Amino acid sequence: AAVPTQVVPGADPSARQLCFAWGPAEVLVCETRFGRAGGSLSRSRSRSQCRSRSRALTGSVADTGEGAPGSSRVFVVRRDQDIYIQTLRKLFNESHGIFMGLQRSEEELPGKARKAQLVQVSKNYRSVIRACMEDMHQAAVSTRDPALQGQYSTQVSILSAMELIWNLCEILFVEAAAAGPLLLRLLDWVRLHVCDVDSMVREVLSSESPSKHKLFWNVVDVFVLQGRMDEARHLLSKEVTANPTSMNMYKILDDLMKKMPMPSLGNTQTLTELELKWQHWHEECQRFLQDGTFASNPHMESICKILVGDEDAILEKKELMTTWYHFLVTRLLYSHPTVKPMELRFYAQSSMDLFLGGESSPEPLDMILMAAFEFEMHQVIKECSIVLSNWWFVAHLTDLLDHCKLLQSHNLYFGSNMREFLLLEYASGLFSHHSLWQLGVDYFDHCPEFGRVYLELHIERIPLNTEQKALKVLRICEQRQMHEQVRSICKIMAMKALRNNRLGSALSWSIRAKDAAFATLISDRFLKDYCERGCFSDLDLIDNLGPSMLLSDRLTFLGKYREFHRLYGEKRFPEAARLLLTLMTAHIAPCSFWMTLLTDALPLLEQKEIIFSAEQTYELMRCLEDLTAGNADKQKFQEDDVETTKVEMLRLALARNLARVIVKEGTVEGS
Amino acid sequence: AMEDVSAKFVSQKISRTRWRPPPAAALQPPDVFATGSWDNEDNRISLWSADDLGNVGLNGEYHGEPHLLCDIQHNGDVMDMQFLDQERIVVASSTGTVTIFRHHQNNQTLSANHRWERAHYHVDQDTSCGGAACTGVVCNNPEIVTVGEDGRINLFRADQKDAVRTIDNADSSTLHAVTFLRTTEILTVNSIGQLKIWDLRQQRNEPSQIFSLAGDRVPLHCVDRHPNQQHIVATGGQDGMLSIWDIRQGTMPVSLLNAHEAEMWEVHFHPSNPDHLFTCSEDGSLWHWDASTNVSEKPSFLHQGGRSTTYLSHTTINQSVVSAWLSNDPTKDRMEITNLIPNQTLSVNSLDVLGPCLVYGTDAEAIYVNRQLFA
Repeated sequence: AAVPTQVVPGADPSARQLCFAWGPAEVLVCETRFGRAGGSLSRSRSRSQCRSRSRALTGSVADTGEGAPGSSRVFVVRRDQDIYIQTLRKLFNESHGIFMGLQRSEEELPGKARKAQLVQVSKNYRSVIRACMEDMHQAAVSTRDPALQGQYSTQVSILSAMELIWNLCEILFVEAAAAGPLLLRLLDWVRLHVCDVDSMVREVLSSESPSKHKLFWNVVDVFVLQGRMDEARHLLSKEVTANPTSMNMYKILDDLMKKMPMPSLGNTQTLTELELKWQHWHEECQRFLQDGTFASNPHMESICKILVGDEDAILEKKELMTTWYHFLVTRLLYSHPTVKPMELRFYAQSSMDLFLGGESSPEPLDMILMAAFEFEMHQVIKECSIVLSNWWFVAHLTDLLDHCKLLQSHNLYFGSNMREFLLLEYASGLFSHHSLWQLGVDYFDHCPEFGRVYLELHIERIPLNTEQKALKVLRICEQRQMHEQVRSICKIMAMKALRNNRLGSALSWSIRAKDAAFATLISDRFLKDYCERGCFSDLDLIDNLGPSMLLSDRLTFLGKYREFHRLYGEKRFPEAARLLLTLMTAHIAPCSFWMTLLTDALPLLEQKEIIFSAEQTYELMRCLEDLTAGNADKQKFQEDDVETTKVEMLRLALARNLARVIVKEGTVEGS
Repeated sequence: AMEDVSAKFVSQKISRTRWRPPPAAALQPPDVFATGSWDNEDNRISLWSADDLGNVGLNGEYHGEPHLLCDIQHNGDVMDMQFLDQERIVVASSTGTVTIFRHHQNNQTLSANHRWERAHYHVDQDTSCGGAACTGVVCNNPEIVTVGEDGRINLFRADQKDAVRTIDNADSSTLHAVTFLRTTEILTVNSIGQLKIWDLRQQRNEPSQIFSLAGDRVPLHCVDRHPNQQHIVATGGQDGMLSIWDIRQGTMPVSLLNAHEAEMWEVHFHPSNPDHLFTCSEDGSLWHWDASTNVSEKPSFLHQGGRSTTYLSHTTINQSVVSAWLSNDPTKDRMEITNLIPNQTLSVNSLDVLGPCLVYGTDAEAIYVNRQLFA
């Protein structure tokens, strides 16, 4: 099959040269300045967004461009179109739960129990598809917008096709039904999915006298073709009460239909027993046919011909079967009821050829089902990937088949296996969606090779519009020890808070990330604010730093400096003085802040009682001299009058304090 | 039991679920609830009927899933939501706007009744948008109190255009939730592990009391007050821990209970049966805490059915109060905890309990209703 092309509406490679940039879930297509016939040099002005649409199971859409000359445009081409369908969000969310259950399920269960478990998982997936189909159908019925109605109807048929394929895969691969039960499963499959005749059946059955209805025999035929013998016999009995002349004929046919041997699901009969019985019954049918027993009633005769597996007779009922796979199953029922899985491919191919009869060519769906009958699992997945407009189907089906241990490590050229490749594609699609990104995380978690890298790349692109959302993203990263991303998220949030003058929030974000550098930056902002305003903002935070104070030296200083102010405010001067001095001598305070600290010492030096001891005063003096000496070469103090006055005042205060303390200490020691 | 729970996938991530209060003196269980969504391109406020009469079974058991009554578009994420009365819902938005929606029951529609644009905002001129997420709202008709990421507290009256009172920069960190302590006093929790009491009568722009977690200042995300014993307060933290506080004494929690593995988003005392408490979390679990249980009287069959039932012992400090939540008698002091969602993976963002009914909503875009909570 040719690879279907996707045309990006509006992008016209014949007018301009296009360039591409591949993203994780999107492709950017840009018009360059280079035209095919002499490009213009205009800058890109307009930006249009389009989504390429590939219609599942039908082909692709072409569209003519309407690009205005002169401006360059950027097209965002999203690869997983179905992700954006509102009703399908139910499918994505509910199947996520099933997927997670499957990943957690015990692989060590004994063979039979494990198989039952996997079949149940498969059925759960299908029931979600059906529920979704039902919703979509309801939506199609209740909407008045014809365009929307068309869209919904398309989705219903896509979902229905997905379920059809999945169900067949479940029978052939997951359950791997053996000869005998295989036929029963295929009959169920056909009965469930060929619904085109259902309305006809309903119409006839609900009519006043069904046997007089013009479609009466059609419905009997439908029942026979689908192997619904009891229903067929029930309906036939109505005909005979209305038409007693055919009583004998009816009794014989009814007896044949009743006696038809069927495979059983239990172990009550061996395959050989069934074959023997069936052979015997088959010969009996043939005898009646050759005797001309039904010659006077073409309807009953054609039914008997079906019973003996007459291909032409069955093919005559083409309209009632509607599909080649119905024909296949009917053929198997009446010719090869004990068909083995590996023989299916021959019957499938010939049934398709006979049914289509060269009139029409097989469609993608036919090719997929054929590949399944041929047990070409990879071909099924490949065809589905090409034809469906979502990754949901192939990703989940492949994962299930992988859990059935059916996919030998089929390595792809870029390193990961097919299961992982498809899961990555699906999850990337989820991440490109505004809301569904959270589901994608768990899928990445179950991709051992590249899941982590993908998650790291995607998670950083999630826009963080509220703190609550940031916390959710952060939790995902923390649980997976993604330290780099944790730091980056906290930094983004801290920067935002800082821009909004929310120093408290900013600090708590950098504390969460243990980002010392950023904590230092914020502490400096606090100190700067203090120097400008002469009072602290956000005391509720600074007073309650707790152990987080140790995160950065500057934060420690901020906390301690605030403690000094509190002590001072509570008039606990000696403690305050000791703390102030330690801030400088232990080099907790940054040098740029020493002048402020020394100025803070001024009122303590001026107190009535002596607070700084002689030794402490010497240390204060050394601090002041260190500071002025360190700054001497910069000529700062000499130029700045205010600073010079400050230094002079400090020197004076220190000298006076020293004088007082010497006198006092001398007196105390002397006494 | 789990069979009593009905679920519905709603194609939007649910941030809040709230029962509509039944009319005064009504005896029947609540039948209508509201939900709010978040993180969608198009967020919505929706009203649902949980009482699908057409689906009640022979024995009166409940089968039907909730069905939509009406919905309306909402600008921004729904951060919090509360019914003001039977007809009006107050909604806090991530844009900073606070809106009152009115439910017209005669024709089943919703409309915006009143709106305080940018009730919460950042002052900085550089940022163009300016709105700051309103993270919490609490109502005591006609009064409405809101808190936000801007650390601001607003007091509105449903019938007044302008705020009655605003405390700018009430908190230097983010305020995550608010509830009424008494008619004039409110409780707030913030992102540095503090619980504060504010007296709205006082003109001072400072809390009247500050309580704080010891050690690491783990952010607190939710708060609820015991409906009968107003001094008992429960909060939930970023580490999933449940803290019980006795606001009459001390500055630290009376007990810390290890609970969820991630952020606890909501905590609710059962309004009429306050020995029962419910919490939900980012880790996808919803816990029912039953403090009325006396272990010796409970037969062991409670452990069946795949529920994870744990008995946990308190670390209580206070002895003077006779309350299941504060007692510390080592022989009786045990609590039965049941996880109501065994296999959930995505966050349970919100829950509400009223009578025998529980409603909760998840990031897996589903709402769940349990109408036989104590069955």
